[in-house]
Amino acid sequence: MKTLTTNLWRNALLATAAFAVIATPSAIAQDIDLPDWVDSDSERQGYEIAMRSDNSDNGFGDSRVEARMVLRNAAGQETSRELSFQTLERADNTVGDKSVVVFHTPADVEGTALLSHARILEPDDQWLYLPALARVRRISSANKSGPFVGSEFAFEDFTAVELNKYEHNYVSSGDVEIGGETMTVDVVERFPRYENSGYSRQVSYIDQDIYQIRRIEFFDRRGDLLKTLDLTDYREYGDGIWRAHALTMTNHQTGKSTELVYSDYEFDVGLSDNDFVRGVLERQY
Amino acid sequence: MLPSLRTLRSLVLPALILAAVIGLAHATAHAQDWDIGGSAGVETRIFLDDPAWPGQSDDVQSSIILEGDFRWRSEDRRHQLVVVPWARIDSTDDERTHADLREGFYRYIGDTFTLETGLIKVFWGVTESRHLVDIINQTDLVEDSDGEDKLGQPALRLTSQRDWGRLEFFLLPGFRERTFPGRDGRLRGPLPVTQAPLYEHADEERHVDLAARWSHFLGDWDLGLAAFHGTDREPVFAISDSGDSLHPLYRIITQVSADVQLTRGPWLWKGEAIVREGQGDTFGAFSGGLEYTFYGITASGADFGVLAEYHLDGRDSDPAIAPPTAFDNDIFLGGRLALNDINDTAILGGAVIDTENGSTAALIEAERRFGSYIFLELEGRFTLNVDERDALFPADRDDALTLRLTRHF
Repeated sequence: MKTLTTNLWRNALLATAAFAVIATPSAIAQDIDLPDWVDSDSERQGYEIAMRSDNSDNGFGDSRVEARMVLRNAAGQETSRELSFQTLERADNTVGDKSVVVFHTPADVEGTALLSHARILEPDDQWLYLPALARVRRISSANKSGPFVGSEFAFEDFTAVELNKYEHNYVSSGDVEIGGETMTVDVVERFPRYENSGYSRQVSYIDQDIYQIRRIEFFDRRGDLLKTLDLTDYREYGDGIWRAHALTMTNHQTGKSTELVYSDYEFDVGLSDNDFVRGVLERQY
Repeated sequence: MLPSLRTLRSLVLPALILAAVIGLAHATAHAQDWDIGGSAGVETRIFLDDPAWPGQSDDVQSSIILEGDFRWRSEDRRHQLVVVPWARIDSTDDERTHADLREGFYRYIGDTFTLETGLIKVFWGVTESRHLVDIINQTDLVEDSDGEDKLGQPALRLTSQRDWGRLEFFLLPGFRERTFPGRDGRLRGPLPVTQAPLYEHADEERHVDLAARWSHFLGDWDLGLAAFHGTDREPVFAISDSGDSLHPLYRIITQVSADVQLTRGPWLWKGEAIVREGQGDTFGAFSGGLEYTFYGITASGADFGVLAEYHLDGRDSDPAIAPPTAFDNDIFLGGRLALNDINDTAILGGAVIDTENGSTAALIEAERRFGSYIFLELEGRFTLNVDERDALFPADRDDALTLRLTRHF
């Protein structure tokens, strides 16, 4: 992974970033324990910026939200699916969150449910419930780069949101317009540390105001730009818990896109570890 | 005077139904909260050979299939009602024209336990080509010879999730008879199975069966242990006095089972085993194998999975003593292609091959969605090289293609 952080990369990145103003990263005061892979200032800065963003979500507890996924092909034809997500916050940052995704449409898959126990470097644990047979299957999570229900999101785009799944490297700071909003962001590239990723690297845009990821560019294994994810319509719940309510993933190589629009989140709905075991998948709808 | 045990037992099923109806009546007071769905399908099944046995129809077999799906849950999600009525109207076989309540139960989700009462559907197991340990629901065999269609099972089910696993207890007060093709139908032996079952136990279909299961996962391992005592879902057969039909005979069995799956990278390793007492000599059976998936074989992200499973069954080969099985010493080899596209296009193909006599049952299944509501399935079932002593032999001339179009609501 280290070999990717060459000057060649850096120059290519700065050329694409095209900021009006080259700003400095926002200062981080606290002392932290750095992971082993950090051995340069830009990696330390990148890790600190990513960690601050990740930590801003600490203490959300548990949540439930409905979502509508709109899939568009290159010709602009649309098809949509409705799903709901339940999430339980990780115990600490050595493990990941637990989640249940339930499909409500298309009608033939209503009640299909996916349980995930996200982990950091080991494969996630995943179980899939198929209502037609009332059957729960433990499934392999090795298909990280596979499309999630035919969308432009890969499985790893949902499950690999944990800080320590990546090595981080600070690139630059500046103003950028995303979803019609101009903001000052820190640009941090990140390199997957887990196996079977479909990406050689990602470039994340983290704003300096509320510390949320506003955009991610995904580069395929050959190093070419594959997809861009814009996260917009951020709303604050309680003390510094932010959620984007519109996620748009555009595949630059196929011209397809997928939009994920969330309803209002419910927090503190009383979920516990016992609500994230395989046995609960059959009662999700 | 106290009622006899027999009387008490006979009251259990009506009590369960009554409880479900009361729950239903309570819930319909909030009728606007019901989630209502369902589907209507048309199916055509074409047999490629002339029938083998007297009375069997040579027609193209067509059907209409209707299913409703009604769900309700309370605001706090603790109370749920599920009602899934289902019916098939078949052009050829009166026995295949039938209706069922696939599910119809009330569920209470407490802090430490979950309770279900009514007609439930439960699946146990991990293997793909045989469902050896799956025993709670009766097979709706007239639907499909693969044994994956099930009848709703009257049950009281108590589940408790603990740190050390999930415990489930089942009280099963009503037995459902297995369905079989009628005299007109294909996929049967020389003698049709009558609707006059025999039972080993004097309580007949009112015998109260019991089952328990523990299941858990530890890292890459998923484990299940279960025990069942009651009327076997698989009958043995007795020739009728007139000699022109078979009576299914349901014996009381005790069965213990284990199922395990190891999930490691693209590998799934699976095993199921049972020991059953009550049908001749106590016997054991095993199914197990692996599934390996090649991910992302196309630019659009299709997967191809390779399946290999082995089946061994120690039961008596006399169908009057133990239920006949085609999995006595067989290998299953198969492949599954999933395009992972928006239409969920998938193709499954495979064959079960007897290692002793080479008798082979092959299948191919292809499916995809059209638009948001239409689902199309194509199934082919073929037998090859069938030995006349193999359990496949009665259906050797019943190679068939089935096309099913379902409109979901």
